[in-house]
Amino acid sequence: MMGSASSRSASSLNNREFLRWFWRQLTSMRTALMLLLLLALAAVPGSLFPQRSVDAQKVANYFLAHPTSAPILDNIGLFAVYSSPWFSAIYLLVMVSLVGCIIPRVGVYARALRARPPKAPKNFSRMSASASFETEESVSAVLAAGRQAIGRARIDLGDGELRAEKGYLREAGNLVFHICLLVVLVGVASGMLWGYRGGAIVTEGSGFSNSLTQYDEFSSGALFDASDLPPFSLALENFTAKFQLKGPQRGAPRLFEATGTYVEQPGAKEKPFSIEVNHPLEIDGTSIFLVGQGYAPVIKVTDADGNVAFSGAVPFLPSDATYTSTGVVKVPDAQPEQLGFQGFFLPTAVSVGDKAPVSAFPAAANPLLGLFAYHGDLGLDEGVPQSVYVLDKDKLTQFQTDDAKALRLSLSPGQTADLPDGSTLEFVRLSQFTKLQFSSTPMIQVPLWGISLGVLGLMMSLAIKPRRTWIRARQEGSRTLVEVAALDRVSRDDLPTELGDLVERLQSALARQKDDA
Amino acid sequence: MTLADYANFSNYAVASATVVLALAWLAYLAEWGFARQVKPSTKFVTSDGSGVDSADQHLPELPERSQAAGRIGTSLTALSWGILLAGVIARGLAAERVPWGNMYEFACAAILVALTAYLVLVKVWAIDWVGPVVTGFGVIVLGASLLVYVPAGPLVPALDSYWLVIHVAAAMIAGSGFLVGAAASAFYLVKARAEANTPEAERTGYIWRLPPAAAMDRLAYRVHAFSFPIWTFAALIAGPIWAQYAWGRYWGWDPKEVWAFITWVIYAGYLHARVTAGWKGKAAAIIALIGFATFIFNFVGVNLYVPGLHSYAK
Repeated sequence: MMGSASSRSASSLNNREFLRWFWRQLTSMRTALMLLLLLALAAVPGSLFPQRSVDAQKVANYFLAHPTSAPILDNIGLFAVYSSPWFSAIYLLVMVSLVGCIIPRVGVYARALRARPPKAPKNFSRMSASASFETEESVSAVLAAGRQAIGRARIDLGDGELRAEKGYLREAGNLVFHICLLVVLVGVASGMLWGYRGGAIVTEGSGFSNSLTQYDEFSSGALFDASDLPPFSLALENFTAKFQLKGPQRGAPRLFEATGTYVEQPGAKEKPFSIEVNHPLEIDGTSIFLVGQGYAPVIKVTDADGNVAFSGAVPFLPSDATYTSTGVVKVPDAQPEQLGFQGFFLPTAVSVGDKAPVSAFPAAANPLLGLFAYHGDLGLDEGVPQSVYVLDKDKLTQFQTDDAKALRLSLSPGQTADLPDGSTLEFVRLSQFTKLQFSSTPMIQVPLWGISLGVLGLMMSLAIKPRRTWIRARQEGSRTLVEVAALDRVSRDDLPTELGDLVERLQSALARQKDDA
Repeated sequence: MTLADYANFSNYAVASATVVLALAWLAYLAEWGFARQVKPSTKFVTSDGSGVDSADQHLPELPERSQAAGRIGTSLTALSWGILLAGVIARGLAAERVPWGNMYEFACAAILVALTAYLVLVKVWAIDWVGPVVTGFGVIVLGASLLVYVPAGPLVPALDSYWLVIHVAAAMIAGSGFLVGAAASAFYLVKARAEANTPEAERTGYIWRLPPAAAMDRLAYRVHAFSFPIWTFAALIAGPIWAQYAWGRYWGWDPKEVWAFITWVIYAGYLHARVTAGWKGKAAAIIALIGFATFIFNFVGVNLYVPGLHSYAK
């Protein structure tokens, strides 16, 4: 417990006193408690509203679903709760309160460490636990036996009494825990300031080299420098996905594995790698994780002039557990007009009656590519960045069949479809892609060691019992009156029992001394 | 036995354990009911409320029927524990892994750990007075777990890690302490209120057979002080280490992480409240109950209603 509320009103104080008063308020236990509860409350909305840092797509969907309320919620930071000013304000106040609490307590503790155990109170019967008995041994023999009976503690003898204090490590553990919380915060902050994280989709047979242009998405801390990116590169040779074939969990993923080779820097020796979920690849401080996967049909488009206008693997993003995937093919080089395709991919297509086919299983047992075809202007030259997964149809015209319905291409691997303008699209073969996440969190060990040491301190502060014990011996005629009292600085209910045990130990120590003599 | 046999055996065992635990709960309720006419005791516990053991000596005699019902309650709880243990082990054999890989399994295993903690503490500190809450809670969770039942099977790749064993086991152990702590805090609120409002002469009924409020408060503190470091380990050490391996970041404010953090902060608040003037006692007990509510919400609400990376409910 640190300072307590001042009874004087703040208005009657001058500035300096006001600051002192304010500091005492801020660093009081009551304020710390309120701030903790406030911090818990402030964290709640982040779990109820989609967060940009977690899933930006979900935030965008929320905006579409709630066009009026979303901008208002956005203004008060509900889509980025943990970096919002109000959340930051609360945790900064918690930290200030913490520092303000730790600093004076370290001083108090340092003094307590040097202090001797206090003198015994006059009246033992007022203590919460006390006992007395008589013995024939001398006062000094009783105190010597008392030293033995108490065991490990800081012990002073004087004026016919023994003063013992133990449990100093409780406050040490408490301080270690709270200081460690600051260490954790510093570690987390440095990881965020100097770290980077990015994602990239890599298809089988292609590669990735670690530079900004290769990332589909990238974020980094304020002190990160793009020239610090380690110059490794990797080539994805094979991606394996296995799914449960039978039983109630049919279709559940069982194994995802990406294999290939990497070099730590241009010209270095090529090494093989294998990345699985829960088993990232570590290259030069950057960890590479497997965070997603899907199918990438290899597509070849030949335009009306007979030139190959596009050839390559096109990732189709899965949207459900059976890998019903959607994607877009853009062919800006087609002549005379640009071509665009939009559609879906089903790894195991199943048709029931006249209904549109659906995917029945995540593995590629009966792959089917379904596309709508467009011609015109893809809008790529307008300088506005476009997503590769969205087709801008403003200046595109859909190809139609002879009976004026939308032309629909439906292809299995190896099949080719002809378009009305004379161009063709071939579904050459099926390959897979994997989504890799690259992240570097410098000093990641700092928060880990901080919190681990902190838990040890926490356990000490909760388990160690600080206790003061006094033994007083007084000559009364031919006998010695022995009084024992104990005081727990943190109240526990085992004190009377343990005092009884202490008296027993004391008496048997006296008996032993007598035997030895 | 084949894997399917183990799975079947597990299902029957969990169902039987639920029924037996329900009977244990009824027995504990009967213990209360039969004790309604207990006469007041003039020389009740000392004002500082020292100790459950020493308090026992001053307690009024309970009717024979009530004592018997209490003993039956504890015996049935132990029986239910044994059957549930067999069920959880069989589930692990059927799935060929640790039996806490989804919400159903977590519910069964967590109640097993909670019953273990309860029975151990009954032996050590004679806490059978929290029996009605612990068994009632266990029956509700085991019964509700059927709503999220999934057949035994292997794990999805993201969960297939030895951190599943460590992280989830720590969460279950901490949760057991939180459950006993919440029960003790709830009883404390009732008892403290009764002690403040009831004149000596009117102190009849089972509640006066229970330990004094101060002893309840101390039990609550002890189990919370035991659980809080374990929860810190589960939520802020083991969880982040695993998240770093599985998702490439040790903390990402996933809803499960958010609520684990909230629970941690609230229990930290509880520990502070117990040493703050004006907050110790009633307010601290209420904070402990709120902490347990956030823990339960993280298990039920976040699993079922808030989409996130920890969506392993089904």
